[in-house]
Amino acid sequence: MKSDASRLGFYLLFAPILLWLVVLIILPHIGLFIVSISEKVGPRQYETGFGNYAAFFGEPLYWRTFARTAIMSIAATALTLVLGFPIAYYIAKLTRGRTKTTLFLMCMIPFWVSELVRTFGWMILLRETGVFSNALQSLGLVSGPVEMLYNDAAIMVGLVYTSILFMVVPLVTTLDSLDDSLIEAGYDLGGSSTSIMREIVIPHAMPGIVSGCIVVFMLSLGNYLTPILLGGKDSLWFTGMIYTQFITRFNWELGSAFGFLLLGLSSLVVFLGLKLSGQTLSQTMGRS
Amino acid sequence: MIPTIPQPAFTKWCYRAYVTIFFIYLALPLTVVCVFAFNNSVFPSLPWEGFTLAWFFGSEAPYIGVFNERSILRSIGTSAFVAVWVSGLAVVVGTCNAFLFVRHEFRGKAILYMLMLMPLIIPGVILGISILVFSSSAANMLEDATGMWFDGLRPGLPLVILGQFSFITTFATLVISARLQKFDPSLEEAALNLGASKLGAIRQITLPFLLPAIVASAVVSILMSFENFNTTLMLVGSDSPLTITMFDKLKQGSTPVLNAVSLLLIIVSAALGLMSLLFQKRQAPS
Repeated sequence: MKSDASRLGFYLLFAPILLWLVVLIILPHIGLFIVSISEKVGPRQYETGFGNYAAFFGEPLYWRTFARTAIMSIAATALTLVLGFPIAYYIAKLTRGRTKTTLFLMCMIPFWVSELVRTFGWMILLRETGVFSNALQSLGLVSGPVEMLYNDAAIMVGLVYTSILFMVVPLVTTLDSLDDSLIEAGYDLGGSSTSIMREIVIPHAMPGIVSGCIVVFMLSLGNYLTPILLGGKDSLWFTGMIYTQFITRFNWELGSAFGFLLLGLSSLVVFLGLKLSGQTLSQTMGRS
Repeated sequence: MIPTIPQPAFTKWCYRAYVTIFFIYLALPLTVVCVFAFNNSVFPSLPWEGFTLAWFFGSEAPYIGVFNERSILRSIGTSAFVAVWVSGLAVVVGTCNAFLFVRHEFRGKAILYMLMLMPLIIPGVILGISILVFSSSAANMLEDATGMWFDGLRPGLPLVILGQFSFITTFATLVISARLQKFDPSLEEAALNLGASKLGAIRQITLPFLLPAIVASAVVSILMSFENFNTTLMLVGSDSPLTITMFDKLKQGSTPVLNAVSLLLIIVSAALGLMSLLFQKRQAPS
């Protein structure tokens, strides 16, 4: 039996979460969808229709940017996994005690620092008058200043840098839970390093790999700073287009449609990732 | 490849080299940002013109240091204001959520929990524009209906606070719930047996137990709020927080004053980050 007081307590606890989710998450997204399916036919006159989505598919610049953003995010995710896995393995399996904590902390510190500062660092390193260009010149490898900023490779370096922690942390956690004796057993049974990696380590680390990939993909897809600052003016990134439609062009209807498409892609990837690995959202997010 | 299995020296050496290169890669951007804060030149780039503290304390143009640059000082104030609000709100709501999810069973709990996690998978830019669209149409509607102005619903600090709060609360909820799950309810029952009221028991027993998690999540919230860019960008009005101000300056071409701000930011964020870890570590043993 529930007393009135505890019912009251329950509703008091229920009110804040309901307010938060309804007012700040659910209603705004419904609103965003409604705006995305309204077409401007005259000043302050709107009609319902999918014209904004048609505009997206009809204009190559829009959907190519969308595809480019998606492909580069996938590439960044793959690269982050390939680069991050050995590091996570090293931290989880080849270090002990204080070294382990120190290495782990050294991984974390850059990520407590604002993304803006990290990107600024890369700009100083890569630009024409930057550190790398000067280093190459003084080594005599190149004759004049080299511009390494404002291209896709620079964006890639920045994206990987920005998101690698979100790959390393879940990987370290899952690899930590892999018992060394399983690896030893693999060697005792005559397995080679590659086959042990393939048969024992990677299957065990799969949940961590999936969590890491999902988070890194989402972060890359939704990234704004890195592509804009490292990719320069001509670099196209879908979040940049959303910003342009909203703030510069003031075409909120098209901007909302873009926003919904990006949200759709990002949710689809999360959903597929979770389905393929048989995990739930709470497991995945709880880990990172 | 584990310590008990011997490996060829060459493989080991290569592996170590890779790890070393990786950590250099991690440290390099932050190091150059810090180093160039002390360069006696108006551009944050080579050549090195000598050591100076002018980008911190300088007061003569073009060497205007952080501590004399009004726009930056003001935006630090704005960021701090936003961060305090966001962190306060997130911790209060997060604590309520933790009690709700850990202590209560109700229909639709699983769905509500999923919804609570949603802000994690919504890109920050989308979160920003959806709140922008919603609050603007709400403002339009209210203004048409009442003839009054609703500036709080137009881009500006209240919206920035709400936007950041909307996803930071999820983190606060997760951290505080994790701690509350470890709480032994018999402690609270003992307090009730000894004559405490329900609220008294929560205040005297449960909240002190939760305190490390509450402090840790407050610190993390402040950190996340200070650094948030994507959501803030869409909701910002005339008072811009630090990250937005820095972004604008960076696009215009920067002086090392930005390096100096960044250096301060690095120090503060590393300190806050370590602090949150310490608090979380303290809660681990019990």
